[in-house]
Amino acid sequence: LGHGSGGELSQQLLQKHIFPYFNNPWVAEGRDSSVLPLGDQQLVFTTDSYVVTPLFFPGGDIGKLAVYGTVNDLAMSGARPLYLSCSLILEEGLPMETLDRVMASMGEAAAEVGVALVTGDTKVVERGKGDGLYINTSGIGMLEQPLQIGPGQIQPGDRILLSGDIGRHGMTIMATREGLEFESPLQSDCAPLHGAVAKLLNAGIVVHCLRDLTRGGLATVLVELAESSGYQLLAREDDIPVCTPVQGACEILGLDPLYVANEGRFIAFVPEQDAARAQSILCGCPVSEGCQVIGEVRNVARPQAVLENALGYERLLDRLPGEQLPRIC
Amino acid sequence: MSTEQCARKQFEIAGVVQGVGFRPFVYRLAQDCELTGWVANNSNGVYIEVQGTADQLEQFTQRLRRERPPQSRIDRLTSASIRPQSESTFVIRESIATPEANGIVMPDLAPCGECLRELSDPTDRRYRYPFINCTQCGPRYSISEGLPYDRANTAMRHFTLCESCEREYRDPLDRRFHAEPNACPACGPQLQLCDSAGNCLATGDEALQQAVADIDAGKTVALKGVGGFQLLADASSTPAVLKLRSRKHRSHKPFALLFPNMDMVREYCALTQQEERLLCAPQRPIVLVQQREPAHPALSPQVSPRNPDLGIMLPASPLHQLLIEALQRPIVATSGNLSGEPICTENSEARIRLSGIADCFLLHDRPISRPLDDSVLRVMDGKPVMLRRARGYAPVPHVLPQVLSERASGSCDMIALGADFKNSVALARNTTVFASPHIGDLESPVALEVFERAISDFQSFYQAKPHRLLCDAHPGYVSSRWAKNRRTEVIRIQHHIAHFFSCMAEHGHRQSALGICWDGTGYGTDGTVWGGEFLRWDGGAKIQRIASLKSFALPGGERAVRDPYRCAAGLLYELHGKDALQLPVLRDRFSRQEIGYLARMLETDLNSPCCTSAGRLFDAVAALLGLCDEMTFEGQAAMAVEYAARGGESPDNYPFRLTHDGDRWIVDWRPAIKALIEEGADGAPVAERAAKFHNTLVEMLCAVAATAGEEHVFLSGGVFQNCRLTEAAASKLRQQGFQAHSHGSVPPNDGGIALGQIYYARCMAASGVLTEEGGSLCV
Ligand SMILES: [Fe+3]
Ligand SMILES: [Mg+2]
Ligand SMILES: [Zn+2]
Ligand SMILES: [Zn+2]
Repeated sequence: LGHGSGGELSQQLLQKHIFPYFNNPWVAEGRDSSVLPLGDQQLVFTTDSYVVTPLFFPGGDIGKLAVYGTVNDLAMSGARPLYLSCSLILEEGLPMETLDRVMASMGEAAAEVGVALVTGDTKVVERGKGDGLYINTSGIGMLEQPLQIGPGQIQPGDRILLSGDIGRHGMTIMATREGLEFESPLQSDCAPLHGAVAKLLNAGIVVHCLRDLTRGGLATVLVELAESSGYQLLAREDDIPVCTPVQGACEILGLDPLYVANEGRFIAFVPEQDAARAQSILCGCPVSEGCQVIGEVRNVARPQAVLENALGYERLLDRLPGEQLPRIC
Repeated sequence: MSTEQCARKQFEIAGVVQGVGFRPFVYRLAQDCELTGWVANNSNGVYIEVQGTADQLEQFTQRLRRERPPQSRIDRLTSASIRPQSESTFVIRESIATPEANGIVMPDLAPCGECLRELSDPTDRRYRYPFINCTQCGPRYSISEGLPYDRANTAMRHFTLCESCEREYRDPLDRRFHAEPNACPACGPQLQLCDSAGNCLATGDEALQQAVADIDAGKTVALKGVGGFQLLADASSTPAVLKLRSRKHRSHKPFALLFPNMDMVREYCALTQQEERLLCAPQRPIVLVQQREPAHPALSPQVSPRNPDLGIMLPASPLHQLLIEALQRPIVATSGNLSGEPICTENSEARIRLSGIADCFLLHDRPISRPLDDSVLRVMDGKPVMLRRARGYAPVPHVLPQVLSERASGSCDMIALGADFKNSVALARNTTVFASPHIGDLESPVALEVFERAISDFQSFYQAKPHRLLCDAHPGYVSSRWAKNRRTEVIRIQHHIAHFFSCMAEHGHRQSALGICWDGTGYGTDGTVWGGEFLRWDGGAKIQRIASLKSFALPGGERAVRDPYRCAAGLLYELHGKDALQLPVLRDRFSRQEIGYLARMLETDLNSPCCTSAGRLFDAVAALLGLCDEMTFEGQAAMAVEYAARGGESPDNYPFRLTHDGDRWIVDWRPAIKALIEEGADGAPVAERAAKFHNTLVEMLCAVAATAGEEHVFLSGGVFQNCRLTEAAASKLRQQGFQAHSHGSVPPNDGGIALGQIYYARCMAASGVLTEEGGSLCV
């Protein structure tokens, strides 16, 4: 049940029950998308399934998510997204107007991003066997220059840039689902990120690693990257932007915004000397105008993600455990 | 004497026998009895061979036990007759290193009377020398880097003895014979006063005088103490104390006080004789005692705000002695760390981490080999109870009951990782348990490092080869995750079972019993939060959760642990459902939006885990009694309820119900909470209500104990740090014919978990449940 929340259990599911059966170098890298050599071209390939309740929420819908999410996975390899497929699993009884709305939104999103939806499939399952509508999209993109982007490239001294404030998507979904009201309206951050990434690359920034923050939030991504890079990653709590309504709702609900999902945020690892320029480039793009340098890679060969508060106190970050139960005795 | 007429005997002694003057004692005793032979330290303790007439040997054997040095402890003594040899003297030989090390390093001890006398004698060559020590006192564990305990294996290896010190060190009849940290102003460690940039301001006695003047002037001084840095400030100056509070971001938690002498302690505190003895013990712990009423006018109320107790200690080292003697009044002495992190031990590290807190640093050049916080005790139920076991007590091992009939799997080395908060780890070898000192909360990378170091110490000190790791069942614990990533077999043990067994281990109990385990939170075998548990052990393989407190929700999970009003909301929701959120106690506290969220959370179980926690019940009651606006440190709300009850002498209790649910009893507190609120509306004083709440809990314990019908009842868990509850529960249980046992040398809080994990695993191995396959042990 907790296996899909993007935390500890998802990781276990992958490591124990999935990866062992698909043993090849791309799977071993454990990235969201894989770079495949094809002649002298570098193809990038990814796939993702989208299940979200509700299907429509402030700032987006499942259709947009299905386009942006896959596009973002391609973008995190530095690729220009080109083509998408779309498979639908519909629950019997889904109103046609709903389907039309979602498809229209998908089409709009694809046009906005500049990708073509080139193939697809539709299946209908019995009533009660699906939450209305599931979407799977696969995406193909192309590397326009030879790039080495991935956790293996992370170097001590690298700065960690966060593209904007965190937690909007997860809190929007929760508020919509639970009927919670915010003092000021909140929207999902879902957005395509390939444009911002392209600007970084075109400006000649040496990007060592990129990762979009989805399920499990910023904390889970930092833990994963610490583990796959082998270095201690330090983030400064005060430099991580969280908007007031998200902060307030998290405070009341007892949730940590670091673990809340996002759909339009990413972190970038760049060498120290490029950090300021990278930040100003990202700040110039609407999807990442709130970009901040939130931390750095320490020259400590310990795979730990550490959060430092304003007083200098350091706390270890961990993946979200299955359920968040208090540990304090 | 010819070899034909005489006999020869060998002795192997294990226990606390190194670094306590045991060999010189044996030497003098052998001289006295006119015996020949030799004595040496080995990695297991002390080895002796003596030769003489049968009478002389008999006399030696008897006096060995009777006259042993006061700080020593003999855990095991074996002797055998061996072939006489020809020799004419008794000598002390070099230490023998043996492959398996079971030796015990002594804990650090406060200066002895002799050393104190020399310290204040202007004609003595160690007059005012802050590092004076002898075989009866001084640093031990804090400077030791391995076994056997020889100078070469301590931080003192950096200092070469001068001629005079060398002479003392080599003379078997000198008090400083093999006093490993032996030193004097000519050859030993030196003081230095620095600013936070590392600039030296003064050295030697001048550094000390300057630090005294700084404290006097209201500054915060970081002192390199015995096991780590301490922060010192004038306890009579409210601005000085407030400055320390704001810099350390510690708004309310009481500060410990260092007093110059017992007479002055008596002016501030009302002490029992037992408390006085504890304060003067060479371990020099912090002892929680009651302040005089009204509080001493010279004490800033900010030292222990809204808290009638004080944590007191007397000087634990000659350096402390000189400092406090010069000041002649109590000073705040709190751990030199960022709250939650382990205590700083290195000069450079301290300057960085404490630079925002301390104005200057009183340093010295004797390295601290391992961090040791001050120990904390409180006298309860007629005995000293360990709340934090560290300096002065660590690393003296615990001894498990011998009654265990070991099976093969039960006798191998095991390492227990304890709990994540108040962490302490332990190594079990046969019936000996080497417990690390208090490490702290495993939340920071620094704490994790200390945790890993404590485990590798087991390897370097005792050559441990653990074939098994024991950890808590909580999947989110750092320690549990750490265990999972090792190649050693891991056994997960439920938190409250470990509490129960920690108390039985301490009392050497190995029959069926009832364990009352009340604490904040522990991960239950059903995946929910436990904390108000009644466990029955049949003395064999079976443990049953026979009863627990009625459960309630904690809206916001860990957030609720820090807000007693959220606990109250969860509690009241059980009483009144949704209407609870309209009660004034909650409406006055939360905004309209918050009330809406809380209602939604409670109705839909949104991030609102259920708990049966007695600790959280205390928190909720603190909120209902209006005793705790905000929780800025752990236990604050529960302590407020305990203190509030001091003014109330009502013998009555509130009603409660014992109901049955499936296979266990539910202690339903709802009638009690209802009555407590109603009495409040009728204007009953808070003190009366707090007292009646305590009485109610005692009645609940007794009611379940009566149902269980077990003769032996063990009280464990952090809630039993509450003196009023522990004493009342123990005495009422005894009145009703039960054998009630509470904690003493093992902390009732999570500091005792590692020992409990070990004892539980041993008992399960003994009854054949825990086999080589191990696995997860659950109720
Ligand atoms: Fe506990
Ligand atoms: Mg994805
Ligand atoms: Zn002494
Ligand atoms: Zn000397």
